[in-house]
Amino acid sequence: MKSILSPGSYYFSGDEAIAEGAIAARCGYFAGYPITPASEIVERISIRFKETGGVFIQMEDEIASICSIIGASWAGARAMTATSGPGFSLMQEGMGHAIMTETPIVIIDVQRAGPGLGQATRPASGDIMQAKWGSHSDRQIIALCPWSVQEAYDQTIDAFNLAERYRVPVILLTDEAVGHLREKMDIREDVEIFNRMKKPGAAPFGTEEDDGVPPMPTFGEREKLLVTSSTHNDYGVRKTDDPLVQAKLVSRLYSKIMNNREKIIDYDSCYMEDAEVVVVCYGFTARSSLFAIEKLRGEGKKVGMFRLKTIWPFPDRLIRDIGSRAKKILVPEMNKGQVVEEVMKYASCDAILYSQTNGEDIHPNAIIEQLRRLV
Amino acid sequence: MTRDLEQYLRPGLVTAFCPGCGDGILLGLILRAIDELKINIDDMLFVSGIGCAGWIPSPNFNADTLHTLHGRTIPFATGAKMFNPKLQVMIISGDGDLADIGGNHLIHAARRNIDLTVILVNNFLYGMTGGQVACTTPMGAFTMTTTEGNPYRPFDLPKLVDAAGATYVARYSVTQPLALISSIKKAVQTKGFSFIEVLSPCPTQFGRRNQLGSPTDMIKFLMDKCIMKEEAEGLSPEELEGKIITGEFSDGRN
Repeated sequence: MKSILSPGSYYFSGDEAIAEGAIAARCGYFAGYPITPASEIVERISIRFKETGGVFIQMEDEIASICSIIGASWAGARAMTATSGPGFSLMQEGMGHAIMTETPIVIIDVQRAGPGLGQATRPASGDIMQAKWGSHSDRQIIALCPWSVQEAYDQTIDAFNLAERYRVPVILLTDEAVGHLREKMDIREDVEIFNRMKKPGAAPFGTEEDDGVPPMPTFGEREKLLVTSSTHNDYGVRKTDDPLVQAKLVSRLYSKIMNNREKIIDYDSCYMEDAEVVVVCYGFTARSSLFAIEKLRGEGKKVGMFRLKTIWPFPDRLIRDIGSRAKKILVPEMNKGQVVEEVMKYASCDAILYSQTNGEDIHPNAIIEQLRRLV
Repeated sequence: MTRDLEQYLRPGLVTAFCPGCGDGILLGLILRAIDELKINIDDMLFVSGIGCAGWIPSPNFNADTLHTLHGRTIPFATGAKMFNPKLQVMIISGDGDLADIGGNHLIHAARRNIDLTVILVNNFLYGMTGGQVACTTPMGAFTMTTTEGNPYRPFDLPKLVDAAGATYVARYSVTQPLALISSIKKAVQTKGFSFIEVLSPCPTQFGRRNQLGSPTDMIKFLMDKCIMKEEAEGLSPEELEGKIITGEFSDGRN
């Protein structure tokens, strides 16, 4: 499909790029609640939807926002909300409902420093594990993490396509630094759109297909839908006392993401061929990491970079492979070590955390200093 | 006539309601209203929350149904209605769901005057979880969490929703079936936010703790307590003591 904005270069903030990415991805419904540092997304969508024909509503809180996008998704919309830490916490129960009812929705989390109210205008990467496990019981979602304004735009489009493809909430885990960063980005002529799979009369909550993703009808299509987040069979009929139905449903919700993870996972790497020390990084911190690696490469040091563009599902096999070739892995994070523990699970070599939780971006010099100790 | 309404029910289901529950009566009245309006039930979306009353449409109605999180029927319904205004959206849920945990969504939806029909089923307490106090429990009434009597006043829900800006507001008891059918029809036809509080007997949880243990006791209680608004207008405050005023409080024309 054609992009909505004319092809060319634009000077946007990360938040603005996310709003434009949603519009390009044909987001038809947005519900949100103002919160720093995500408010610019809500504001821009409210203005731009008037031009593009989307439905915008500012709800009374974040709980209402996520519930309303689930309702809109079942009415046929590609639907999104945007928030930050405290609001992301309020949305967790809704996310659980969307996971259980297999509702495609996109949630933008512009991470700020916490816990609690923390520092509203400062960046952090503290919501990595909350994105994975934030609501009760087992869950699998998809979480993407951009490092630039360009990627904030591109990954917002990816988020809609993945949500529709796998019928799952997709979280764009960006941070205040990317959200408020302004830089040049390009809009291409075309945008790739994955449309929801339709199969009239088919079971909406079960499939024999290998990918484990059932087709999705919408309200008003005469399918007499039963949508419930109680344990249900392939046709949505509530079966809360049947252990086999619960086991089958929960296993499929898990495996439809995990079994397809090689198709879902996206990453970026450089200077990896002979790297003895690898920096595994993501989000804004990856920009400082790249600067540090290029500086040390200039000095002939064998350092490389592996950047997670998909945080969840986690690239376990890729990390295992890196761990078998590198001597050490450095993971710089704006949290107390959320991704490094995942790396430790899969890498056979040492994985070392560089943690900074003062609400400031990690400076390249800090990573240079760490790397000098390791090489 | 009763058999005619079977076309609106999902085949093969058995009732989940206790003996003496008013929710089955209300289920029938809602379907009668839809039948009389000659609306195609396939053009409707029924949204329900958590609690006994949430089971009235889901799984019983043979139409699109969305069973939501506790307290969040109205936001879910708002999303569906805003994106596809052709859907005739009806919310059916309990007092605890819509007015306790979901009270903020209720007044905001009334303020926005979104074209939704809300049928709030008031059984005076939390039924499904075992009979705990709700924001609708009468002062002094006994529940599992007010064993010495409820110390707080209940909400007057029609007043609350009317003040928040709803277009149509009414209160009826399931013991007033004909008036209730006509009210449901009016609510569905109203463009804008429409709200009916329906009083429904719960002998299992409310009755047995408040000297109204049998289904007939609770029905009689409601018949004695409820008087029509027009009748109430001629009565003194003393005569109105303990009465529940029913009728239309906002008639859809404002």
